[in-house]
Amino acid sequence: MRVDVRGFGWRFAGRRDWAVRGLDLTVEAGERVLLLGASGAGKSTLLAAIAGLLPEDSGEAEGEIKTDRETGLLFQDPQTQLVMSRSGDDVAFGLENLGTPADEIWPRVDRTLHDTGFRYGRDRSTAALSGGEAQRLALAGVLAPRPRLLLLDEPTANLDPAGATLIRDALARTLTPDTALIVVEHRVAEVLPLVNRVVVLAAGGGVLADGPPDRIFAEHGATLADAGIWVPGHAIAPRKAAQAAGDPLLTAENVTVHNRLATTSLGVRAARVHAVLGPNGAGKSTLARLCGGLLAPTTGAVRAAEALAGPDAARPPHRWRAAALAGRIGSVFQNPEHQFVTGTVRDELALGPRRRRRTPVDVDLVVDGLLERLRLTRLAGANPFTLSGGEARRLSVATALAAGPRVLVLDEPTFGQDRRTWIELVDLLAALRDQEGAAIVAVTHDPDFVAALADETTTLTAGAETAEGAANAEGAASAGPSGRAGTAVTTRTAAAHGAAEATGTTGATGTAAPEPGR
Amino acid sequence: MTAVPAPGNWRGALARRNPAAKLAAALLFSLPLIATLDPVAPALAIVVELAVLPFAGVRPLTLLRRAAPLLLSIAGLLVTVLLFAADRSGTVLLAAGPVTLTTGVLETALGLTLRVVAIALPGLIVLATTDPTDLADALIQNARFSPRFAIGALAAFRLVPLLTDEWRTLAAARRARGVDAGRNPVAAIRIFTSTAFALLVGAIRRGVRLATAMDARGFDAGIPRTVARRQVFGYRDAALMIAAVALSAAALTVSALAGTFRPVF
Repeated sequence: MRVDVRGFGWRFAGRRDWAVRGLDLTVEAGERVLLLGASGAGKSTLLAAIAGLLPEDSGEAEGEIKTDRETGLLFQDPQTQLVMSRSGDDVAFGLENLGTPADEIWPRVDRTLHDTGFRYGRDRSTAALSGGEAQRLALAGVLAPRPRLLLLDEPTANLDPAGATLIRDALARTLTPDTALIVVEHRVAEVLPLVNRVVVLAAGGGVLADGPPDRIFAEHGATLADAGIWVPGHAIAPRKAAQAAGDPLLTAENVTVHNRLATTSLGVRAARVHAVLGPNGAGKSTLARLCGGLLAPTTGAVRAAEALAGPDAARPPHRWRAAALAGRIGSVFQNPEHQFVTGTVRDELALGPRRRRRTPVDVDLVVDGLLERLRLTRLAGANPFTLSGGEARRLSVATALAAGPRVLVLDEPTFGQDRRTWIELVDLLAALRDQEGAAIVAVTHDPDFVAALADETTTLTAGAETAEGAANAEGAASAGPSGRAGTAVTTRTAAAHGAAEATGTTGATGTAAPEPGR
Repeated sequence: MTAVPAPGNWRGALARRNPAAKLAAALLFSLPLIATLDPVAPALAIVVELAVLPFAGVRPLTLLRRAAPLLLSIAGLLVTVLLFAADRSGTVLLAAGPVTLTTGVLETALGLTLRVVAIALPGLIVLATTDPTDLADALIQNARFSPRFAIGALAAFRLVPLLTDEWRTLAAARRARGVDAGRNPVAAIRIFTSTAFALLVGAIRRGVRLATAMDARGFDAGIPRTVARRQVFGYRDAALMIAAVALSAAALTVSALAGTFRPVF
């Protein structure tokens, strides 16, 4: 037996509701458990409790948890798990903490790095690793002390598909037959090959279902899908563009940003969704900021059509006043919290229209409409920073819409979202495109999102050296310009969902060729 | 952030000394210099510091780049002294409106500049030749610092470069929301403050997550820690510290013998 949970409950200090309650769960050696439940069912809290990370003074506990001492826990974000500046030192960190004899440390570090498939030497700077490599290193750090129970809290949620594959491969290679595993993951299909048991936590406490994956998904698939879990076999129908493409509203011509983005061109048309794809570090977010008028290109130009900007079209968007910009091009950032500047949900939504000097009556009209449309009415008085992930995402999109822009630029809008929020977002964006003729640019590494919504795609690729890019801008900068020479490929395609439209593919190294159909 | 070269790349006999010993030597050398206000002792100290520079293996240009913030603050200091010094004794060199430049003022300014450079330079040389990880290791192993402090500081240090990026994102996000200052300085200050606050909140959240991850890996869990990277404190390290005290004392003695020594108190 690796862990035995009996009648466990936990309530964080200052909260009225229990995060987990009335939970019984036993996991034996060698069992591989996928832990599911609607968001807020207490999955992460349970993992923290099993790992012994809930200090007694931070809340109120019920029941008991018996577990081995040798427990390892891997979190989502590699940036806040790596401790040391050299890769080998980071793996050694956990061994040092547990008092591993000094002469055993480095052989263990080397073996773990080898077993997890880490591609670099011990001296590799942790700041120069891509997201996937950094998370693989974090996994090596957790595995080096040879935990008998491995806990994974959405280990691939922060990674692009290539990075997620790295982690799954490393796990498949390193799990010994007697290691027990408990993994929390929304995207079921991705971890299914690793698990042999599924436990579903009920929203009100306790366990809703427990058994082999096939049986659980056969019996509870529909319920789980409704609760926001990505259950295999519950596909989502694509949302096809309902009208012909409108005028070009925004074009980026041969834009580059020093050390961040190689030469790229992009055209955004009304009533179309344009997806920007590519691995981490290829400059997707940078391109989004260029389109959003939030960054000046090093070379090249971003131009707005007169239909979008009127007389201001003579100047590039990054020179516009902020209030004018927000009324024409809305930007939604990857992390919603970066965008919140007021104390309540209602004020967040009112900010855009007020900056555009709308009358109080008009402001209320816009705000109430958006609250209703994005199911936020109940939360109008809440502080934006206290919202759940899905609520915060809906609010961040709503704040951009409040100013009434015709172009909407979104950076990883579906990042880390459960199925329910995902569907709401896709429906909302489809409605904006089809009913209001909005032009939408979405930076994404979510293939489902592209399949459901994208009318056109641009794929950025980094050079071979930084094929996986870097985990952060600092790392990207240190990779040097040689690694930045990339390619951009724009595809205006009907393949995404069979819309009748000009089809073609252009590819060019360094410079994207003019788009076809122009 | 300046990239830190891998260990072993440090050239120079001084650079190879134990990091804790280097830091101690820098402090032992520069702190006594605070005692005097005269220009002679710091000038001598600077001569000594420049003389050991080749043994530290730092290129003067690298040092100059690292000293940029220091030089900037010295410039600020000079302006302040030239404009506001109370002591206006000595020959008048220049009288322009309310500003009277005298030899006394120049002397004060020179003394101040020399002191700041003399006191800061040893620390700059040590930091330029020391890997932060090695320093933390040496502080724990040779100077009995608590791992909680030294490793904790090291981990926090790793997050600093992320702040630059975070600041850019927060500023861009405010512009995207339609918030900018235009030419209004009050609005600019307000936006700066709110961005700084958001940055702080984000940094604290990140710090808490990192601390939790470190706890999850058994950090400071009451088990005696072992060390993966041994730092040795040898007789050469002790000699370096003794030399630092001796040289500092020599500079002060020369200043006293020359009759220029001016105690702070």
